[in-house]
Amino acid sequence: MPARRQKKKLFAQWKNDTLKPFQKKTPERQLAFHTASDKNIEPVYTELDQDEPGFELPGEFPYTRGIYPTMYRGRLWTMRQYAGYGTAEETNKRNKYLLESGQTGLSIAFDLPTQLGYDSNHPMALGEVGRTGVVIDSLRDMEVLFDGIPLVGVSTSMTANAPAIVILAMYVALAEKQGAETKNLRGTIQNDILKEYISRNTYIFPPGPSLRLTTDIFETCAKHLPLWNMISISGYHIREAGANAVQELAFTFADAIEYIDAALTTGLEVDSFAQGLSFFFSSGSDLFEEIAKFRAARRIYATMMKDRYGARNPKSLTLKFHTQTAGSSLTAKEPYNNIVRVAYQALAAVLGGTQSLHTNSYDEALALPTTESVRIALRTQQILAYETGVPSTVDPLGGSYFIESLTDRMVTDVEQELSKIEKLGGMRLAIEDGYPQRTIMEQSYRTFKAIKDREQTVVGVNRFLTKQDEELEIDIHFHSPELEEVQLRSLEKLKQERPNKEVIISLMKLKDRIRRGGNLFSYVYDCVKCYATIGEICSVMREEFGEYQQRITL
Amino acid sequence: MKPIRILIAKPGLDGHDRGAKILALMLRDAGFEVIYTGVRQTPRMISDAIIQEDPDVVMLSSLSGGHVAQFRQLFKRLEQKGVTDKLFLAGGIIPEQDYAELKSMGVAHIYGIHDDLDDVAKRIRTYFDLGKSSDAS
Repeated sequence: MPARRQKKKLFAQWKNDTLKPFQKKTPERQLAFHTASDKNIEPVYTELDQDEPGFELPGEFPYTRGIYPTMYRGRLWTMRQYAGYGTAEETNKRNKYLLESGQTGLSIAFDLPTQLGYDSNHPMALGEVGRTGVVIDSLRDMEVLFDGIPLVGVSTSMTANAPAIVILAMYVALAEKQGAETKNLRGTIQNDILKEYISRNTYIFPPGPSLRLTTDIFETCAKHLPLWNMISISGYHIREAGANAVQELAFTFADAIEYIDAALTTGLEVDSFAQGLSFFFSSGSDLFEEIAKFRAARRIYATMMKDRYGARNPKSLTLKFHTQTAGSSLTAKEPYNNIVRVAYQALAAVLGGTQSLHTNSYDEALALPTTESVRIALRTQQILAYETGVPSTVDPLGGSYFIESLTDRMVTDVEQELSKIEKLGGMRLAIEDGYPQRTIMEQSYRTFKAIKDREQTVVGVNRFLTKQDEELEIDIHFHSPELEEVQLRSLEKLKQERPNKEVIISLMKLKDRIRRGGNLFSYVYDCVKCYATIGEICSVMREEFGEYQQRITL
Repeated sequence: MKPIRILIAKPGLDGHDRGAKILALMLRDAGFEVIYTGVRQTPRMISDAIIQEDPDVVMLSSLSGGHVAQFRQLFKRLEQKGVTDKLFLAGGIIPEQDYAELKSMGVAHIYGIHDDLDDVAKRIRTYFDLGKSSDAS
């Protein structure tokens, strides 16, 4: 075995004698090759590209290769399609269909009025009821949403952020009605407000009160819902807004630091809640960079939890994450091509060791998915799981010179970006400064121009185009205009049937608790239990907390 | 010559403003004066912004499906306020079956997901070069 110095000599020789003459005779296709985050890629990688090749194993610190020693040999990832539209009844049908088709977890999409704490009869809800997700006004809608689905047997993810505490309280109240014990409930509440200010813009309250709600949920989950993920710290939306892979990880971890610091400030011990922290990332089309990103994320997180926060429980060090394939990579032109894009992106997520996965449907650049398109998306995961052999060994690309080198570089680049945010005083102050918003917008504009100028290829869009008359017509999801009426009637009926006196008292108690301080969960819980609506509860909070005003960066 | 003033607004509750921002930057680079309202604008907020900023062009971005109801309120309000001399363009995710209705309200042209963004600047320039006499649809 030649020593490292000897290998370096051999490599230099190869470069001079073999590579360069060849490149001169037959030039490469491009002057340079880059990852999607614009990092240079060499013609070939060797062990010389790693400074200190470590000997890492899965299930052990720093968990680069996976958080469990057996990964998918023990249990496959959870196949979890984000779904929700129309009324609770319609979404209940879609979810049952997905479960019958072999999906292993639920993920609920709420409509925008629900996500912003407005009842469906609020003027702000005009035209939006049941459009981008299911409408939930009260616990009654949740009862319909999960009708015939025992909560003990399923893990449910819910994309609620600003009103997360209300949605979680409804879920807990529903579980108790079904006779389930909260300690057995499995699932995730997204509960990540910082990325809303940065990228998704579905905030209600200013950061201070919002973080109070976040940590109230942390405390509640740590005490009563040990199997529940109390937050899903999300890079997905940051990426979708235009960030690259490095920025996605850096901004997500900068958010994580704010949440952990906030929880520590309220007096929680890091090991008492860290197991409930989970993450959510995007999987884009640059296969190897994405795989490296997931591996790097685990290493960065484990190191951070150990060194920065002094966590001792090994479970506090492991980064658990959900992945969704990149919605922004889908094209409206030649939509069937999206099936192939999604398959590659799903492969990256699984080679990267994700715990759960949502695969987008091919028609999602056009509308919400149809039953048909969502089935293909789920089948894409099932083919990956049961036909390709990919899950048969842990971290199959570990040890690849290229992947290891990309992983190391991703760690370095993310740490560099993280230190920029630290210099601004952390993510909360960085958001006030507009730094992440500006960075994302600039990156998104660069990508846009690269596609426009055809420096970046999008097949079927800026290269290899189909003639207009050859374009396929596809059936897309149809939004039924009557459902808004149906929902308004049922809300009216609810207000006649529920114990209105209790509603008023519970809302007054909530208001008082907000003013006096202390955890709000049980007060919100009392409100939802007597069927106070999400709009009524959030309206009390709006009065007390105020509303956040967007900082427009352009 | 005074640059053409464009107001970009996002009606409705949707917060996905990547497209609106790209459009704003692109039009600014193309020499227009661009004002962006930010997200979550009610019909009242948009009409107030139009009256205050007095743009030549109003562009409405909608992705979440509430456009018909929201645009209807906006145009009703603008009519009451006597605002009619603007070029209204819309874009985002708007199904073709809604085009006729939006046009009858006063939207000159709707950009679909298949359209080339370069066309936006061209269309606006042509419209104003021809002294607003052209049909921008």
